[in-house]
Amino acid sequence: MATKVVMAQLSPTMEEGKLLEWKVAEGDTIEASDLLAEIETDKANMDIEALGGGVVLKILVQAGETVPVGALIGIIGEEGEDISALLAEAEAAASGTPVEAPPAKDASAVEEVVVPPAPPAAVEEIIVPPAPPVVPPAAPEPVAPGRAKASPVARRMADEAGLRVSDITGSGPGGRVVKRDVETAIAAGVSAPLPVAPVAAAQPTTPAGPPRLVDETLEPSQMRKAIAKRLVTSIGPVPHFFLTTEVDMGRVLELRKAMNARLEAGKIGVNDILVKVAAEALARHPEINASWQDDTIRRHGSVDIGIAVAIEDGLITPVLRAADRKGLLQISAEAAELIARARVKRLLPEEYQGATFSVSNLGMFDIDQFTAIINPPEAAIMAVGSTIEKPVVVNGEIQVRQRMRVTMSCDHRVIDGVTGARFLQTFKAMLENPLELVL
Amino acid sequence: MAKTEDEIMQGELEGIPREKLLEMLRWMVLSRRFEEKTAEAYQTGKIGGFCHLYIGQEAVGVGAITALREDDYVFTAYRDHAQALVRGVSSEAVMAELYGRSGGTSRGAGGSMHIFDRSVNFMGGHGIVGTHLPLAAGVGYAIKYRGGDQVVLCFFGDSVVNGGPFHESFNMVAKWELPVVYIVENNSYGMGTDIDRVAAVEELFMRACAYQGKKAEKVDGMDVLAVHDAMKRAVERARETSRPTFIEARTYRYLGHSMSDPAHGTYRTREEVQAERQNDPINSLAERMEQAGLLTDEEYKALDAEMIAEVERAAEIAEASPLPGTDEIYSNVYADEFRGGLDRRDAWR
Amino acid sequence: MALITYREALNRALREEMQRDGRVFILGEEVGEYDGAYKVTKGLLEEFGEMRVRDTPVAENGFAGLGVGAAMAGLRPVVEFMTWNFALLAYDAIVNSAAKLRHMSGGQFTVPIVFRGPGGAAMQLAAQHSQVPDPWYANIPGLKVCAPATPADAMGLLKTAIRDEDPVVFIEGELLYNVKGEVSDTEYLVPIGVADIKRTGEDVTIVTHSRMVHVALQAAEVLASEHEVEAEVVDLRSLRPLDLDTYVNSVRKTNRAVVVEEGWPVAGIGAQVVDDIQREAFDDLDAPVARVSGLDVPMHYARALEKLIVPDADAVVNAVKHVCYLE
Repeated sequence: MATKVVMAQLSPTMEEGKLLEWKVAEGDTIEASDLLAEIETDKANMDIEALGGGVVLKILVQAGETVPVGALIGIIGEEGEDISALLAEAEAAASGTPVEAPPAKDASAVEEVVVPPAPPAAVEEIIVPPAPPVVPPAAPEPVAPGRAKASPVARRMADEAGLRVSDITGSGPGGRVVKRDVETAIAAGVSAPLPVAPVAAAQPTTPAGPPRLVDETLEPSQMRKAIAKRLVTSIGPVPHFFLTTEVDMGRVLELRKAMNARLEAGKIGVNDILVKVAAEALARHPEINASWQDDTIRRHGSVDIGIAVAIEDGLITPVLRAADRKGLLQISAEAAELIARARVKRLLPEEYQGATFSVSNLGMFDIDQFTAIINPPEAAIMAVGSTIEKPVVVNGEIQVRQRMRVTMSCDHRVIDGVTGARFLQTFKAMLENPLELVL
Repeated sequence: MAKTEDEIMQGELEGIPREKLLEMLRWMVLSRRFEEKTAEAYQTGKIGGFCHLYIGQEAVGVGAITALREDDYVFTAYRDHAQALVRGVSSEAVMAELYGRSGGTSRGAGGSMHIFDRSVNFMGGHGIVGTHLPLAAGVGYAIKYRGGDQVVLCFFGDSVVNGGPFHESFNMVAKWELPVVYIVENNSYGMGTDIDRVAAVEELFMRACAYQGKKAEKVDGMDVLAVHDAMKRAVERARETSRPTFIEARTYRYLGHSMSDPAHGTYRTREEVQAERQNDPINSLAERMEQAGLLTDEEYKALDAEMIAEVERAAEIAEASPLPGTDEIYSNVYADEFRGGLDRRDAWR
Repeated sequence: MALITYREALNRALREEMQRDGRVFILGEEVGEYDGAYKVTKGLLEEFGEMRVRDTPVAENGFAGLGVGAAMAGLRPVVEFMTWNFALLAYDAIVNSAAKLRHMSGGQFTVPIVFRGPGGAAMQLAAQHSQVPDPWYANIPGLKVCAPATPADAMGLLKTAIRDEDPVVFIEGELLYNVKGEVSDTEYLVPIGVADIKRTGEDVTIVTHSRMVHVALQAAEVLASEHEVEAEVVDLRSLRPLDLDTYVNSVRKTNRAVVVEEGWPVAGIGAQVVDDIQREAFDDLDAPVARVSGLDVPMHYARALEKLIVPDADAVVNAVKHVCYLE
């Protein structure tokens, strides 16, 4: 019985794939788990393996060709088997309507697919393609009422009290609404969310200390709704505005040099510091760590910073999760690892999706200042320019200082000028007085 | 010179009166015809699962059980149809059990390998090789505990002698002097394995030498009278002195280990089976009786016809017996009602 | 009331039942002349004689099967396994014969037998002598399984087990034999299949059995005094049948459950209890049910490792705090 080898959907946004290289040739006998080919997707390069054994009867797509997701690229079967029907089918499909990409979460449901990606291996150099694409944990999905996480008894109690679980702030892991939250809400007689002390939840990578923010959903005020509506029509889907400030980097650079001298292993980079400071500032300004979703503002319980990384033919943003709760060394190590893999297009979807704020640094390319475009559904992105020596007036005197320009692009539906400015002030203050980090 | 009616009625073979001989013949013919009917029913799908036939071994079961008293006990393994019949379980009840009907000895819950009848002290019907030998010892213990004089007869096949339960049981019945007669039906094959390939002893009865206090004897299992004689002596010894005996009966089964196994082929030749057929225990007895003027050919044919009719009738009754209801699924797992309900976790049915 | 040890409670139960019913007899290794490897049968040979207190050879399959046969013939044997680890040799007699004879015979034969002995870890007895047999038997239809934690329960349950018409697996504990407890002077029976709430509480239900009952009670004290959490401790007492109603109703009240057992996690007793709770009390749960079990490894000989492997009060406290969102 011949089996079809098709172009599988290997990432949620993939619509077509390029066949980079075949690892087998027509006539080869293969076994289950043998590598068949390397595919380039919109995000990374992935290998595909054979599910069962047989002889490679036909290769339909050559190396270098790009075909839509779902297209037939090869056939495996028994020697001498009649595959004319399959070939005819493939021809018809190629010339007729393009094959529709299956919906994002359903990649594995392509009919008769024989080639899910190879299972992830532990070692760096080996392929790390995903299993059927999984929506990553922090993905900012619009949460319909009643879909919030809640324990069964909490749900029941809320129901009985005429409350919406989605209106109640959850103190359980991942923002789960639990019994005491409902009890509190009932006692307060409120439908608005109440700030509750966040509780530590198990995270895959281990930051120290409990999360400092919580996931919440805010009903925008009438004024905000009006701003949103108006600005959308003026500048496109996301109403951007831009705030620039110049930061004195002198102290930070000295500190960094001193720290690195004392480190036995690892090295702290300037970007690592920027990420850490941004994360810390976000923790103190939860209104920036938010998203506009379906007419509500969603504040995120986790501070996940996307680091823009330039790669060969584009840009990708690996995400540092819970950056506010990780130390500099941990951030440095994780960033290095993610960037290295990003450069060879070996990131998993859950590693480049779901940031709550992004930092883009073009300083190493001698750019003084630039404005970045926000990655939806984040509410802001920070663009960092080079640190250059400049004459600056300090207390009436001219001094030569190390100065760096930072421009933050903000989503006006979520952030106002003053809100954004206050955040930048904190950011700048922490860089200029690093001790403020521990306040 | 033909015998007179009187002479016929008073004749005997080896000290066994004609009446008893006829009884034994009757049991053997019944067993044979029953097993043949069972084979037919199995092949037409009326009987399922594992079905082990006694064809060829009748002399052992009949010779042994006819030496017992009504209140003695009988244990056997899974090749148990004939022993049940000889012990007095009705042929329709056994057949209905094979058919899995509510008229069966266990209401269809046991099947071929698990025939039980408490009313005649027929203690089963056991499926795991060797598992029932300690059980037989336990009944022996109970008899001694109560100061009774019943005897326990325990049949088993040649494979059992190489396993643990055999030795553990023999040791206990010898040491504690329990009234158990163990009889091994050595048909030379443990399923498809020649006994010589796996038993590190030439004659199985010799195993008893390790258990002083256990008398042992070998007997021709195709000769019902020889079996009967050995059994009589063993039973008397058990009853009177509460001492165990081990009897090895050399016999032969003409069909495969079970209905799912070949009669011959890889492990024994067709010729061997055919040769052994010359030794058929039923024919042997009938011939001897005829030679001694204790049986005529007509009598034999009439007996055979009667047994065939009985077996046919048993099959009809079995066929007509209703299937056990689904409400019986949870029956007889426990003696009393299971707290919380056995079916409490069994939704989705 | 008298304050006696678990061991004495068992001894008393055996003696009383043997006096009451002449069909009851004991068999096993060292039960007679040696007075019992753990002294549970002390003095019984003297009182009842050799036929009723039978020292057996070291042949578990043999003497367990002998007990089953004797039960088929109407006696009421109590088979002692020196430890449940050795009983693995008798697994065929227990599972294939004792548990099934009633069923296979269509109800003609009953097997009123009790198999008893200590299970679980003691002190540095290593891998082959420290196993928890609970799930191997609780899994089997046709058996009843008891696991008392206190002298009072031990006495009442053993009497019931001996009088029960079905085969009963009775799991004691080497480290339980010296536990002291109050026992009534007047005769009483504890029914099989009924759990006991050893401590009431409103905040969390701890479901457990055997030695872990004592660990749970310790943890409950710590939880009350240091964390203001009042734990309800449900002692299963029987592992087959399990008393679902008692623990499910308790969880309905407290909304939280922690299931504690000494044995290994996979397919352990706790796994079944968790299934029962999630199936029947789903809408009353405020947190997923937590399980504390012995670590999933053979028992190490080294003392410090053994201590880690067997659950202690700290582990239980941690689990309770987790389901109370108190970390």
